[in-house]
Amino acid sequence: MVGSFRAELVKLTKRPAVWLLLGIALALGALFAYVIPYLGATTGTAGPTADRGLAAVLPASIVGNTLAGYPVFLGALLVVLGVLFVGGEYGWGAWKTVLTQGPSRGAVLAGKLSVLTLAALGFVLAIFLMGTVASLLIAAAEDASMTFPSAFDILRGIGAGWLIATMWTMFGAVLGILLRGVALAVGLGLVWMLVVQNLISELAAPLLPWVDSAQRGLPGPGAGSLVSSLGAPVGTPGVEAVLSGGPATVVVAAYLVGFVALGAVVLRRRDIL
Amino acid sequence: MEPVVCEKLTKRYGEVVAVQDLDLVVRAGEVYGFLGPNGAGKTTTLRMLLGLVRPTGGKVLLHGRPPGDLSGVGAMIEGPAFYPYLSGRDNLRVLASYAGVEARRIDVVLDLVDLAARSRHKYATYSLGMKQRLGVAAALLKDPTLLILDEPTNGLDPAGMADMRALIRRLGAAGSTVLISSHLLAEVSQICDRVGIIARGQLIEENSVAELRGAAGLRIQATPVEHAASWLRLVLGTAAVTVVDGGLDVTVDPARAGEINESLVKAGVSVSELRPRERDLEQVFLELTGGESNGR
Repeated sequence: MVGSFRAELVKLTKRPAVWLLLGIALALGALFAYVIPYLGATTGTAGPTADRGLAAVLPASIVGNTLAGYPVFLGALLVVLGVLFVGGEYGWGAWKTVLTQGPSRGAVLAGKLSVLTLAALGFVLAIFLMGTVASLLIAAAEDASMTFPSAFDILRGIGAGWLIATMWTMFGAVLGILLRGVALAVGLGLVWMLVVQNLISELAAPLLPWVDSAQRGLPGPGAGSLVSSLGAPVGTPGVEAVLSGGPATVVVAAYLVGFVALGAVVLRRRDIL
Repeated sequence: MEPVVCEKLTKRYGEVVAVQDLDLVVRAGEVYGFLGPNGAGKTTTLRMLLGLVRPTGGKVLLHGRPPGDLSGVGAMIEGPAFYPYLSGRDNLRVLASYAGVEARRIDVVLDLVDLAARSRHKYATYSLGMKQRLGVAAALLKDPTLLILDEPTNGLDPAGMADMRALIRRLGAAGSTVLISSHLLAEVSQICDRVGIIARGQLIEENSVAELRGAAGLRIQATPVEHAASWLRLVLGTAAVTVVDGGLDVTVDPARAGEINESLVKAGVSVSELRPRERDLEQVFLELTGGESNGR
């Protein structure tokens, strides 16, 4: 198990695609959470989010503002990370190479998912750091308050971000296992994240009451409700308050556990071809 | 304890039977060749040995233990598969971590397969031959007492093939048990002590290479050939003599060559050549497997 963890860590940190995903997440996060809202607040005209004003991009709002990306766009990047990290083993036919060295499938998967969990934390911390730097720069430029939320709020925000980020990477990982590869898993994962979730919440839920109740049990609305309860601005794609913070945490955590269990069962049972 | 024992090993994929009731024993210290046409079930059998594929029926024991415990077992199945973004050395580093092997083994195995000079280059830049050698290096990481190699010379150029065979013979001579699969007769006859031939998922012959080849009789060039043939049919029986390419293939103990020669000369036949005839391995193989490839 320790050996598998070490091996997976080398595979993750030396893989250029992982750093590319992180770079894209940071660049897009900075652009959509800070640069565009800042420019909108200072120079823009009235738009759907113009009323948030400068306050949304100052250090005091860092928790909600950095968490707002996790239900959809940062989530999508994390799904891609999960798929790449697990599905790649099928794509390269590397399962047989790894497993003939002797570790059990359970040990390899445990190592893999532990490293993914760690990667999700790194991802969340990097986004938070980006938010810190961006909000401080804006506060300095506008001569505004540089007060951050309390340490408890910050830690709670990072914890929630980590939980959601890990859940999405596990979603990607289980797709990689179920579909035994990368291409279809990434494609279907993104269709779910970017299309189906939106169709359910924007189109189906307002029309049909039972869809509205059912969607409360889905991972996207769970993540959206969790970040919303911590201050993410409603109106950001995927951020919605269909559940309060506690139940939303339970939903996200339940999916995390469910994805891990499903992945473990399927990987154990199937032949490695 | 025999390194490899299969009893009634069977694998079905739905209606398709990949391996059926396969009994196989590989003895300690031997180089065993697992020979068969494409699609005969070789790789599926090896995957079952290593626990990658679950048998539908039957039993597998490696060193007396059921699949799952691969300590002391090294393997390369159906071509090398590594991480293209890592160097050869980093790929081995990753695998050594999985195997719980000390990092200094990496240099040892890189030297064994003559890949040390290129070990810091990305795997993606390797030639097919280098990839294959890295695959063997990975299989040797654990310093295994049982080495399972699936078509180890696939994709290698003639020099690479010769190197690979020499390496396998060296490993065999050093006391390792080696199980290699191949569809190349010449290869197996050069490297292996014993050969099992598999076709349509069943083991149809198991023997030493020498026994398989067998000294099957005499090859005789004589004139007039028809007269020689009818004389020998009279002496040895009709079934023992066939006319092939203007000469005679005779099924008889080669030790009787002198006696046969004398008898032919006495019968007025002029004998220009008389030598022991070994069975052509390819012929044996085609006869045994029905001359078909199951590769489809």
